[in-house]
Amino acid sequence: MSNPNTSSSGESHGSVSSYLIGFVLAVILTVLSFGVVMSHSLAPTGTLAVLSVLALVQVLVHLHYFLHMGGGSEARWNNIAFVFTVAFVSILIVGTVFVMANTSMNMMSR
Amino acid sequence: MLGRLSLSAIPLDVPILVGTFIGVLIVGVAVLGLITYYGKWGYLWKEWFTTVDHKRLAVMYIVLALVALARGFADAIMMRTQLALAYAGNPGYLPPHHYDQIFSAHGTIMIFFLAMAFMTGLFNFIVPLQIGARDVAYPFLNNLSFWMTAVAFMLVNVSLFIGEFSQCGWLAYPPLSEMQFSPGVGVDYYIWAIQISGVGTLLTGVNFFVTIVKMRAPGMTWLKMPVFTWTAFCSSILIMATFPVLTVAVALLGLDRYFGMHFFTNDGGGNQMLYLNLIWAWGHPEVYILVLPAFGVFSEVVPAFSGKPLFGYKTMVYATCSIMVLSFLVWVHHFFTMGAGPDVNAFFGIATMIISIPTGVKLFNWLFTMYKGRIQYHACMYWAVGFMVVFTIGGMTGVMMAIPGSDFVLHNSLFLIAHFHNVIIGGVYFGYVCGMNFWAPKVLGFKMNEAWGIRAFWFWLVGFFFAFMPLYVLGFEGMTRRMNHYDNPAWHPWMLIAEVGAVLILFGVVCQLMQIFVSIRDCNKPENRDFTGDPWNGRTLEWSTSSPPPVYNYAIVPHVSSLDAYMHDKENGIDTRQAGAQYEAIHMPKNTAAGISAGAFALIFGFAAVWYIWWLAAIGLVGVIATIIARSANKDIDYYIPAEEVARIENEHTRKLMAQAAE
Repeated sequence: MSNPNTSSSGESHGSVSSYLIGFVLAVILTVLSFGVVMSHSLAPTGTLAVLSVLALVQVLVHLHYFLHMGGGSEARWNNIAFVFTVAFVSILIVGTVFVMANTSMNMMSR
Repeated sequence: MLGRLSLSAIPLDVPILVGTFIGVLIVGVAVLGLITYYGKWGYLWKEWFTTVDHKRLAVMYIVLALVALARGFADAIMMRTQLALAYAGNPGYLPPHHYDQIFSAHGTIMIFFLAMAFMTGLFNFIVPLQIGARDVAYPFLNNLSFWMTAVAFMLVNVSLFIGEFSQCGWLAYPPLSEMQFSPGVGVDYYIWAIQISGVGTLLTGVNFFVTIVKMRAPGMTWLKMPVFTWTAFCSSILIMATFPVLTVAVALLGLDRYFGMHFFTNDGGGNQMLYLNLIWAWGHPEVYILVLPAFGVFSEVVPAFSGKPLFGYKTMVYATCSIMVLSFLVWVHHFFTMGAGPDVNAFFGIATMIISIPTGVKLFNWLFTMYKGRIQYHACMYWAVGFMVVFTIGGMTGVMMAIPGSDFVLHNSLFLIAHFHNVIIGGVYFGYVCGMNFWAPKVLGFKMNEAWGIRAFWFWLVGFFFAFMPLYVLGFEGMTRRMNHYDNPAWHPWMLIAEVGAVLILFGVVCQLMQIFVSIRDCNKPENRDFTGDPWNGRTLEWSTSSPPPVYNYAIVPHVSSLDAYMHDKENGIDTRQAGAQYEAIHMPKNTAAGISAGAFALIFGFAAVWYIWWLAAIGLVGVIATIIARSANKDIDYYIPAEEVARIENEHTRKLMAQAAE
């Protein structure tokens, strides 16, 4: 007897191998990030650029391997939720930069 | 071994606290003794503490909220009394160290443990019933959320008798909350209480979001969803989006305090202003998290007691959703004076004024719902109409403060205090109490006493005006918030009036307690009993099942074909219950002790982390994780209620309905 309220069917929850691939990629990206900072091999702007790229790839890896973003029966809700999250995070980050940069300039604190 | 904890942490030198402790001890021993005497521990454990039934959890949340109200209100009246006395050289009876803890605890408790717990209680009771579901999406998480909230509240109260509470206001702004200026345990109590209850709230948000998205009855499309469910939905989204911001902001403060980091310190490259920015990026949506469900309550109550459908259902839904989105765009209005330039302040000031438009739309919708309706002045309607008056005043003073220029005058003055109590008491508290009176017969099977309800309303309403209108005046006269004593003779009469208001509100709280007592005492009187499950001629699905509902809510999941589904069925002679149909076995979740176990370990962890008892903190943390792993591995989590049992319960209810109809 299946119950629509309690069954966990729907989108696939991934397999052991996909989780392992995701985990290994995440570890590699993390180690690279730490490596770039700790080795001081690049100029500060270069470090910042490399870190930003690595962070973006890290986000994509998490979304794909751990949050199972992509096609599938639940794609519509996943995508709405994702767009909403991106919108909210953008408001927070852009808003924070806007406010804090303006405050620093105005107060001459930097 | 015991970290910072020693006998000197117990404040034996403060008579008020010793007296309170003795009082709590006496009441506590009496309650525990009575439970033991009547042998109710097994019952409480099996039927309540370990329950995953959303209806039981709702009751526990509301009891928690009422306990928090008692504590938070005691703090409030102590503050008012202090300010009525501490004038012209008289230091009053609360020294600054104690007074600062009281105003910090008052704010923290009222928002996190009264308002949030009350709101979650209403969500729990009403949302699954309103959408025709048998439980929430994650019943165990629901139980876990409750215990996380409850133990966080216990942690705040432990700080009363062991150590101290934060003296940094309810949002613990750095640099005051940093180690350099607050070396005691107060801020640490605050941090861990917020973090633990934050887990509970976040899980609640996820739970209700999934419940509303996935578990609506067949036919209930988005625009056939009751407005209370809509507001719960928008609140859940706001919780999911913003509580992580609170968690991170408070965690960074914790890193500063525990590991000597420099996120918000002045030295070491930190920036205390970033904390204000982050905490209000959560804090402003938070007030909408609280008030949207109150709007939802009024959207159910006003139509029910006006005998008309809600005016402008769709505009109500769109207004709710616009408020949800706009609430992300206004947070800077809490710190216009921080030093940002006119570009920033103008942007957030205008956004704040815009958010009052959808709120105004809602007010007109309620007014037009009442217009030409057959209005019954039930106690619920008193709260609803009182809300419209009080909240409108609060909204207008809010728009005044949204003008950055005037905010520079009013910021952190008592005008601000008056404004937000104006919207939080008039909006949130009136709304939740209204909801409690409205849905109590559904929860308990009997109506709440109306006379005491109306008395409570009048004391609250009049008391509110006496307590807070003087604060507007004092704000204009330049009195700032969080002041321990003052010597301006012009302020003193206003403080005395405010004290009178606080006493009137005290009578209001007492009337509410009387209302609960009298209602329970008279619960078997025929005029109070509700056999039909529909005492107010309700419009939405929750009124179609029995009061109190059976554990499975609906024997047959209802089919929804229009807005106000139950009213539609009543008008068209459709039996929403489909009594006498072929019942099937119903799949239900089993009770579990995992929630209370994880909560207990979280309490141990929080307490130990406050006092630097690291071995005990490790035990607490490992305990939480082990409980969750053990729960995840447990396959024995559900059972079936056999079809015969369902038929027996349903036939019993049908028989009562028949008997009622025959009278």
